Amino acid sequence: MGHPPIPKGAFGRACRGSIPGIMSLGLASCAGGVLDPLGPVGAGDATILIDATAVMLAIVVPTILLAFWMAWRYRASNTRAEYLPYWSYSGRIEAIVWSIPILTIMFIGGLIWIGSYQLDPFRRLPSQTPPVEVQVISLDWKWLFIYPQQGIAAVNELVMPAGTPVHFAITSASVFNVFFVPRLGSMIYAMPGMVSQLNLQADKPGQLWGTSAQFSGDGFSDMQFQVRSVPPAEFGTWAARVRDSGGPVLDEAAYATLMRQTQRVPPSTYRAIDPQLFQAVAAQKIAPAPGPEPETPEHAGREVSTGGKD
Amino acid sequence: MFGKLSLSAIPLSQPIPLITSFIVILIALYVLVLITVKGWWPYLWREWITSVDHKRIGVMYCLLGVVMLIRGFADAIMMRTQQAVAINAPGYLPPDHYNQIFTAHGTIMILFGAMPLVLGFMNFLVPLQLGVRDVAFPTFNSVGFWLTASGALLVNVSLFIGEFARTGWLPYPPLSETTYTPGVGVDYYLWAVQISGAGTLITGINIVTTVLKMRCRGMSYLRMPVFCWTALASCMLIVAAFPILTATLAMLTLDRYVGWHYFTNTAGGNPMMFVNLVWAWGHPEVYILVLPVFGIFSEIFSTFSGKPLFGYRSMVAATLFICIVSMLVWLHHFFTMGAGAAVNTFFGISSSIIAVGTGVKIYNWIFTMYGGRVRFEAPMLWSMGFIFTFVIGGLTGVLLAIPPADFLTHNSMFLVAHFHNVIIGGVVFGLFAGVEFWFPKAFGFRLHEGWGKAAFWFAFIGFWVTFTPLYVLGLLGMTRRLQHINVPEWRPWLYMSVVGVGILVLGVISQVTQLVVSIRNRERLRDVTGDPWDGRSLEWATPSPPPFFNFAVMPNVEGEEAYWGIKLRAIESQQLSPEPTYEPIEMPVNSPVGFYTAFFASVFGFAMIWYIWWLAAVALVAAFAGFVIFAWRDVHEIEVPAEQVAQVDRDRRAAREALLARISRQGALS
Amino acid sequence: MSDVGLPASVEALRRVREDPHRLGHRAHGPTEPIEGAGHGATGPAHKRIVVGYGFWIYLLSDIVLFSCFFAAFAVQRGATAGGPTLAQIVDIRRVGFETAALLLSSYTCMLSFAATNARNRLWTEIFLLVTGLLGLVFVLLELQEFIELAGQGITPQRSGMLTSFFGLVGLHGLHVTAGGLWLATMMAQVLVKGFRPEIVHRLICFNLFWHALDIVWIGIFTIVYLMGINA
Repeated sequence: MGHPPIPKGAFGRACRGSIPGIMSLGLASCAGGVLDPLGPVGAGDATILIDATAVMLAIVVPTILLAFWMAWRYRASNTRAEYLPYWSYSGRIEAIVWSIPILTIMFIGGLIWIGSYQLDPFRRLPSQTPPVEVQVISLDWKWLFIYPQQGIAAVNELVMPAGTPVHFAITSASVFNVFFVPRLGSMIYAMPGMVSQLNLQADKPGQLWGTSAQFSGDGFSDMQFQVRSVPPAEFGTWAARVRDSGGPVLDEAAYATLMRQTQRVPPSTYRAIDPQLFQAVAAQKIAPAPGPEPETPEHAGREVSTGGKD
Repeated sequence: MFGKLSLSAIPLSQPIPLITSFIVILIALYVLVLITVKGWWPYLWREWITSVDHKRIGVMYCLLGVVMLIRGFADAIMMRTQQAVAINAPGYLPPDHYNQIFTAHGTIMILFGAMPLVLGFMNFLVPLQLGVRDVAFPTFNSVGFWLTASGALLVNVSLFIGEFARTGWLPYPPLSETTYTPGVGVDYYLWAVQISGAGTLITGINIVTTVLKMRCRGMSYLRMPVFCWTALASCMLIVAAFPILTATLAMLTLDRYVGWHYFTNTAGGNPMMFVNLVWAWGHPEVYILVLPVFGIFSEIFSTFSGKPLFGYRSMVAATLFICIVSMLVWLHHFFTMGAGAAVNTFFGISSSIIAVGTGVKIYNWIFTMYGGRVRFEAPMLWSMGFIFTFVIGGLTGVLLAIPPADFLTHNSMFLVAHFHNVIIGGVVFGLFAGVEFWFPKAFGFRLHEGWGKAAFWFAFIGFWVTFTPLYVLGLLGMTRRLQHINVPEWRPWLYMSVVGVGILVLGVISQVTQLVVSIRNRERLRDVTGDPWDGRSLEWATPSPPPFFNFAVMPNVEGEEAYWGIKLRAIESQQLSPEPTYEPIEMPVNSPVGFYTAFFASVFGFAMIWYIWWLAAVALVAAFAGFVIFAWRDVHEIEVPAEQVAQVDRDRRAAREALLARISRQGALS
Repeated sequence: MSDVGLPASVEALRRVREDPHRLGHRAHGPTEPIEGAGHGATGPAHKRIVVGYGFWIYLLSDIVLFSCFFAAFAVQRGATAGGPTLAQIVDIRRVGFETAALLLSSYTCMLSFAATNARNRLWTEIFLLVTGLLGLVFVLLELQEFIELAGQGITPQRSGMLTSFFGLVGLHGLHVTAGGLWLATMMAQVLVKGFRPEIVHRLICFNLFWHALDIVWIGIFTIVYLMGINA
């Protein structure tokens, strides 16, 4: 008892002052992240995120300021402040104290309701152009993109025509993953035996990247894939080039090789596909991918997955 | 004969776990040898290991939690430094090791660091605050503690025999099924968490029964300290939620051991079901952690403002509100699993609604300070740091509760920053505040104030320097659990985070230094009165540390803030209440059954992990036999003679009279 | 009001005039709260009440445990993976016998508790024994069911539906078995120690447990077996 109080208010203000500084530094370099969307879905998601942050800050900042002001004004050494040792209830304050969070949350609730429906991954994007279909299979530890309309496939490389909605049907060959292209917006789980639906669109050409956002094992850190949004004509040219490339065909044998655990897989393409492959994987007519195949068991119970030689 | 166990289970080719294990074993051996040489075993066995005293058990829980927090923090240091050096480089932790580290970090911090600390606080304080002598089931309490310790032991054994899980702290199938993780790691996790989960459930049942059926005379529900309300709500959640964890882990165990199909990705298994079940436990779990901490802050705000808590009934309502709604929000952990707009909307709204309860609490704490005389000793510093940190963490939580926003940030570093924001800013700050506040009561001497303040500032600044970059990284698209980084633009943020970790290390060092310095200077820091903070609730009516029977005569409570009323009457009338008639007290005897049960639980868990079936059977039989032998005892209470009670209480009254005299000399009444 | 040695039911009768609405709660009005009952602010409740109450809380947690297995069963009911369906494995006749055995064992358990209240060691032991034997019949019938199914290749490893079926029914059987072990221990304790307070408390808990298992079985019987005939 009786220690001189630390000037809480002053330091607290200094801390608070620096936070916007740090945040603006961060926001400036936010190019390339979720706050730098390239398409309508990403823009919708980001707008909600920023709007909600603004609304919450409008409540949170005054609350924190009030807390520090209260502590400062009623610090023990401030004998000018009135000491009310029995004051512990006020109906008016209670009413306000309950109302502020309730009203805020009612507003946020409205945001949630409208946003969840408008930005539902299943919802087809309104567009004049017919959507491009991409079937996605997450494997250990790479992504397989099948273009059923173009009859080609690619590993770890996603090419999309700009300004065109793309409808993704996503499944997994083994364990849970999450298909996520930060600048395009919403992510969704890739799950074995199920097909997730996602609709995204890139408005302009650009070089992006995507990743898996659900930990899936030792090679997880390398589950990034290149995403290229190209003008629609170039997309057709690219598809034709792949078809004429003389590369491998994605049949069941090729898929069986893909299913084995490998890490740091470079992008590659398939000039032709088995059109039933995705359905077969999703319905598990093709069995799920096998797990780790240890070369020599080094330690009992320590079967280490070294799918790609480290 | 030894199942899967062989000498190759020891990580001879992996330097980091090998050296760590070596050091840990050395320290353990040193401690054991020290105790033996000094002849402390009889004392430890009699006073601590077989103790059924809720105060001793509470202290042991807290000690376990603190040790495991340090281990978890070591994991965190490794994680942040690995991510800083592994930018377009392999780093110093290969994937299989790094994956174990982040799994162990999460598991240990939540289940073996924070949970034991919270359980320890509840155990220590609830009977004292309710004016009773012990919890409802003291021997059972001991069993619960030792089972938790048994789980912690198993987790630590995995460091040098075998491996730990590599799946993340919640082992999602299909990754955690034997097809994709065939090793013993997930089995270590399963048995350690199952065994300690049983221990936690025991505490939950104990505290609920104590609060509802064992309060001293006159202590109606609305006269209980708010900490008891939050303990009740937290333990009701334990009773409701921990069986879900038991069931889910049991199902995964059956999948792994006997090839069943609860969560496999073939033959009708349903991995999504695991996600739903485990988060139906997982979300209440974090409220189990945070509700008692809210109670701690309620006690500290009112004590250090010199006023009663503002809006007591509101606080109770908000607590129960949070308790109930927390069971209705679990899907917000996987909005991105494609449940559809209607389901996502429901859970998004319910998750935001919880913010109402928390918001009310924050405002009530603020208005507790209104009209007060606020003193900024270490507990209050932690509380102000909590207000700042936790409110911002809550903000990011409401953001994540909005499905479209979550679609951008699920499983990203933004999420990681959010939950550390609320767990560290809420739970950890609250636990440290509570330690500073109640340490004198538990041990009889205060903690060194200067080092306590230093520890706070390092922790507060360190936290923000560590985690603000993680918010930014999440918005830049970085996902969690990356063993190496392929995007060099993230480098400055990762470096800044490591600087923050360095500051946190200084905080941990300050905290440990505080303890060492306080112990060395304990005579100077001695708490002679039992009421070093001008407290308001009944635990401050006891000496520091309280006698094993807590109260010589159970108090008769006549209003809220029982002890404050007693104190005011004494100060006004310039004398203590008249000496009561002392009667003999019946207290439960110590019992080794807790230690014994946990010992065989550890053996059982270890045997099951390594498929040593005969040993598992032996351990089970031995545990059951132990129970039966314990159930056969004839003596389960001892009588403390009235004279002993009188002597202890007269010492207490003498100390209180000295305090009263000092207050009279100072003149002022408050 | 010390109620050591008086069985709960006798006391309840004695206190009826204090509780005219027979709600078990303190009647509104000037009636004083009963000390040791754990109601109101009259101090800690008597040990018998505390033990029973704590055990009820434990039972609630056990119900939550079962409800998870029920939920898994509901989810995986149709996940037969090309294997046998629920309708093909349900043997309603045997289940009828199991149900009869278990319900009867609950009745004899209640009779044993009545004997305990009357402090009659002989009849307590006899009815406990009958309860245990009926429980054993239940477990053996269930084992027989499982072994027969396994003989036909119908094992939990076959499909998700079979996993959750065996899991739920097996969990209940495991509880009954544990209850049987407990019953044997209680019989030994009553034999050696008689009706000391802690033994009576444990018998109260055992009774609660056994009846709760019965209630869970009604749930299983209905949801798994009766509703499964048409699956």
